Amino acid sequence: MRMLTHNMLSSNIKGVTNGFPLRIEVEKVVEKQVEINHDFLRNIFPKIDWKAFFDASRVMGYAELPEEAPEPSVLESDLEFLRKFHHALLELHLEEGALVCPETGRKFPVNKGIPNMLLHEDEV
Amino acid sequence: MKLKQLESLLGGLQQFSNPKVELEQYPTGPHIAAGLLYTAENSFDDISNKVVADFGCGCGTLGAAAALLGAEQVIGIDIDSQSLEIATMNAEDLELDIDFIQCDISNLGWRGQIVDTVVMNPPFGTRKKGADMDFLFVALKVASQAVYSLHKTSTRDHVKRVALRDLNASSAEVLCELRFDVPQLYKFHKKKEVDIAVDLWRFVPKRSRGKDI
Ligand SMILES: C[S@@+](CC[C@H](N)C(=O)[O-])C[C@H]1O[C@@H](n2cnc3c(N)ncnc32)[C@H](O)[C@@H]1O
Repeated sequence: MRMLTHNMLSSNIKGVTNGFPLRIEVEKVVEKQVEINHDFLRNIFPKIDWKAFFDASRVMGYAELPEEAPEPSVLESDLEFLRKFHHALLELHLEEGALVCPETGRKFPVNKGIPNMLLHEDEV
Repeated sequence: MKLKQLESLLGGLQQFSNPKVELEQYPTGPHIAAGLLYTAENSFDDISNKVVADFGCGCGTLGAAAALLGAEQVIGIDIDSQSLEIATMNAEDLELDIDFIQCDISNLGWRGQIVDTVVMNPPFGTRKKGADMDFLFVALKVASQAVYSLHKTSTRDHVKRVALRDLNASSAEVLCELRFDVPQLYKFHKKKEVDIAVDLWRFVPKRSRGKDI
């Protein structure tokens, strides 16, 4: 699971009011290179919840991102920033581990890169 | 990529080895799947460089087609782990980078409309009444740009009315009518497969930035 997906997914257990962001527990991270697409990065940037993304990347072992979200204009000129953003967003995969509901602590296991978000009967 | 080439790549994908009837597991054939994604890309510019989600992805045919046509990020979601295993292998065979999530679409928790386009061949609701409309309801909440979906032609008026009135669609348009081979949908059918009329729809969601589900 990429960090872009992590930035969208939230816990939907009955009664939980804010299930985002899911905390990440890492057992194994894999990196898969993909071609960088500057236009895509510029389009997706305003939709990213930066704090969740920054925290997630750190837990995944990547500490090169700035803690504060940069101004959108930075994406026009700063190729170095684009490279880092690209890497953290699209090349880091949580392969084994868990996603944890921020309110209840319920763990959703991640195996072979696939988070299991199925709810138990008493959670829907 | 040419349509014929896309269709032939999809034709090589592995499909449900042990289909679960209660989940309405049957594949979208390569001809329909390629046509759907090709139209979405070439007539509407909804696929390449986009974030695309495949709801009820099964063995991943529609998501793979989106990735082959240049989607930047594809997310396949299905309730069934066996299907997702096959989908993972299919993606690896074609060297596609696709994220899969195991989830019941009705319980999906999602932040805002970050996905651009949802493509899906939902269960038609023959087993669980209204299953296709449940999928559509969620799809129109997560997509910012478009939702492509297949529904039985016999439900056309209903789909249009409900989508526009209750499900956050600003437009609902039938792009074409198809014939679809569906195995064993009805117990009383003697034949193993029935050929039913299905509409390919394109829905446009209303903008409601920042709304979570
Ligand atoms: C008609 S099949 C389509 C499969 C695949 N998209 C394709 O085009 O070949 C419907 C799929 O929806 C999945 N499904 C059924 N109910 C579901 C639910 N509530 N949530 C998520 N997936 C579901 C089934 O497992 C099945 O893979």
